[in-house]
Amino acid sequence: MPVNETLATFSDWLYRSALGVYLFAIMLYAVEQAFARAPRKAEALVGAGAPVPGVLTDEPRSELSKPERIGRMGAALTVLGALLHLSSLVMRGLSAGRAPWGNMYEYMSLLCLAAVVTWIVLMAKFPIRRLGAFVLTPILILLFLGGTVLYAKSAPVQPALRSYWLVIHVSVISISSGVLLIPGVTSMLYLLKDTNPDRFPKLPSADVLDRMSYRTTVLAFPLFTAGIICGAIWAEAAWGRFWGWDPKETVAFVSWVVYAAYLHARATAGWRGRGAAWINVVGFALNVFNLFFINLVTSGLHSYAGL
Amino acid sequence: MIAFLRNTWRGLTSMRTALTLLFLLALAAMPGALLPQLSLNAAKVDEYVAQHGWWGELLRKLGFFEVYATPWFAAIYLMLFTSLVGCLLPRTWEYFKQMRARPVLTPRNLSRMPHHAQAVLDVTPEEAVGRAKKAMRGWRMDAGDDTVSAERGYLRETGNLVFHFALLGLLVSFALGKMFSYEGQVIVQANGGQFCNGGIFNYDQFRPGLRVDGTDLTPFCVEIGKFTADYLDNGQPVGYRADIRYQSGADLDSNTWRPFNLQVNHPLRTDGDRLYLLGHGYTPTFTVTFPNGEKRTQGIQWLPTDQLTLASEGATKFDPPGVTDSEQRRKGQIAVTGLLAPTPLLHGSILSSKYPALNNPMVAVDVYRGDLGVDDGRGQSIFSIDQKMVEQGRLQKVARKNLALGEEVTLDDGTKVRFDSVNDWVSLQVSHDPTQGYVLVFAILIILGLGVSLTVKRRRVWVRATPQDDGRTLVEVGGLARTDQAGYGEEFTRLARAVLSSAESDREKS
Repeated sequence: MPVNETLATFSDWLYRSALGVYLFAIMLYAVEQAFARAPRKAEALVGAGAPVPGVLTDEPRSELSKPERIGRMGAALTVLGALLHLSSLVMRGLSAGRAPWGNMYEYMSLLCLAAVVTWIVLMAKFPIRRLGAFVLTPILILLFLGGTVLYAKSAPVQPALRSYWLVIHVSVISISSGVLLIPGVTSMLYLLKDTNPDRFPKLPSADVLDRMSYRTTVLAFPLFTAGIICGAIWAEAAWGRFWGWDPKETVAFVSWVVYAAYLHARATAGWRGRGAAWINVVGFALNVFNLFFINLVTSGLHSYAGL
Repeated sequence: MIAFLRNTWRGLTSMRTALTLLFLLALAAMPGALLPQLSLNAAKVDEYVAQHGWWGELLRKLGFFEVYATPWFAAIYLMLFTSLVGCLLPRTWEYFKQMRARPVLTPRNLSRMPHHAQAVLDVTPEEAVGRAKKAMRGWRMDAGDDTVSAERGYLRETGNLVFHFALLGLLVSFALGKMFSYEGQVIVQANGGQFCNGGIFNYDQFRPGLRVDGTDLTPFCVEIGKFTADYLDNGQPVGYRADIRYQSGADLDSNTWRPFNLQVNHPLRTDGDRLYLLGHGYTPTFTVTFPNGEKRTQGIQWLPTDQLTLASEGATKFDPPGVTDSEQRRKGQIAVTGLLAPTPLLHGSILSSKYPALNNPMVAVDVYRGDLGVDDGRGQSIFSIDQKMVEQGRLQKVARKNLALGEEVTLDDGTKVRFDSVNDWVSLQVSHDPTQGYVLVFAILIILGLGVSLTVKRRRVWVRATPQDDGRTLVEVGGLARTDQAGYGEEFTRLARAVLSSAESDREKS
């Protein structure tokens, strides 16, 4: 099928605009983080003991301070960026006439979109807007690498990828990996806050960070599991076996075990809190390792090195 | 002694040990991704060992090139397996007891609960209890005169157990699969080549499971018809298709052939075996006319050395005909080696390929004559000649030429070598794994169990109505999520509102 060059160009333009908008959002978040005052002790106490979560955010609109207004603009820009980002993916798919996750560039793009959307949902649920800079920065770095080093022109995919499992397996894995980036970042922030709460007065309470990490992981873990299983079903049809310890399969298995360990750690005395957070950070590191090292350096069946 | 065993068992089945074992498993699996593995690419392992000297040898001895078959890897997952069983048995027992258990009695002090709300209402305690019962429809509930205790979310533990048991089942079926599965690869010529799953010698490469000796393969036969490949302009392949005919089961006796279109991602599944199309290449056919006028025609697969242009290298070997003396015959063997370019590109006389499809193909051949060394009992590659024979002078290069289809080269003794045609070959894989269906069932149960156990929350609510002196009633609601507090707050607030709201708004709601 021929590639529609016009749509492909539009897609690239939208991708770049999304990057720009994210960058701008990061700056606004950073301004809010820098100039907003830390929550007063009393407020923090109410937050911890409040029977209804979300009380902290229910501040009257009229009292919005300047940094808060800037933070809200950042949030709005994040949503705008996500829309541009989404349209870029859609255009990509239309231009090549296939699911827009057939090479590393597209895969990373979808992964980052999933992470951004997760972040937007979390912002609506938890009073954490001003952490946006911490979360969006790694995502922006990934997007930048994807758009420069790993960029691939819109094109049809090779025979092994011509299967409806490309649509299912790759999207599920990519989205779940993207969602899993967020608890990685919040767990790191948790570790900072937990080590020295007074040094980081502007971070949300350790409890909120821990809950966020857990709820996001709990959402992504079954999805990740399903993604691996879809991959196994596809591997059975494409490569003749459902599991063959291909490097990518191995690292996916290892990450799965690590996240399983995280869920168990959270229910084990002595591991709750810091231990669990460390495990989640390890999972994050594995995720990134899997994305770059395994795809680009080792040569396995999942290798994108030649693409 | 018993105490020791009991303590060991307890230690092994504790959550802490399970966690440690999970980490060990993750750690032990990693080298498999970082080091070359024998099962994936044996040549790379040899290369790695050669490059790393004693370190490579040490790694080889410790099994780092076959991580998933080593005793230490097995030890970790067997311990994890035991730990899992030891954890599951008591939990299952507990689960069945809990299925019949009643909700816990209302605690004395509800305000100590993580979730708590209260109000003084203009109702009697009975009315308050009635309203609470209505609000908690669907909960497992015990109601007294002035108190209600309710619990829900038992499915969480169900999902949890389903997940863990399915995990056990998956591991067992996976292990059984490793016993009884096999995998074989073979190259078959297109346009009439046949392959039968009769024994392991029909394969170029065969990897049996631990309990497979190759005597008991399910018989089936395939015949490869036309092979088609589609490419983009830049040479990137888009699709491979092979029209095949096959017979299996009763068809073998009745000699019935059934057609099938074999494609990448679209294997043939027949009687427990699967047939895959893995790759393809080209087979040049050469005719050698010996000085005595006798002709021999041979076509054998050459190996693609460039995956993008399918430039292929190989060696087509001939025995001189009509020579009875084995010594004589051996010294007059002929090998046609060189490069096949499906779409030729010539720089002067240097041939290369610019496109993978056949388009007036050309070969650049080196013709060797002499002793090929095929009779010494050692096997040699079908894709090359034995360079030792060349070095020893027993095999000599007698001609070098570029040939288009139908062209020939004449050797000094009058022997003619003609490049006749090019055929396709396909590489096939036969896989047999009797347990993979079970693995799939367990995998689906794993997802279902996981989904249920991570979304359902086990939680309790208690309501107590205490009559006040002024005739009104103090209604207290307390809540506790047993596993994970996250997200319970919203539901509790809703419940508490329903119980504590004034009667009017209650009517509106229902």
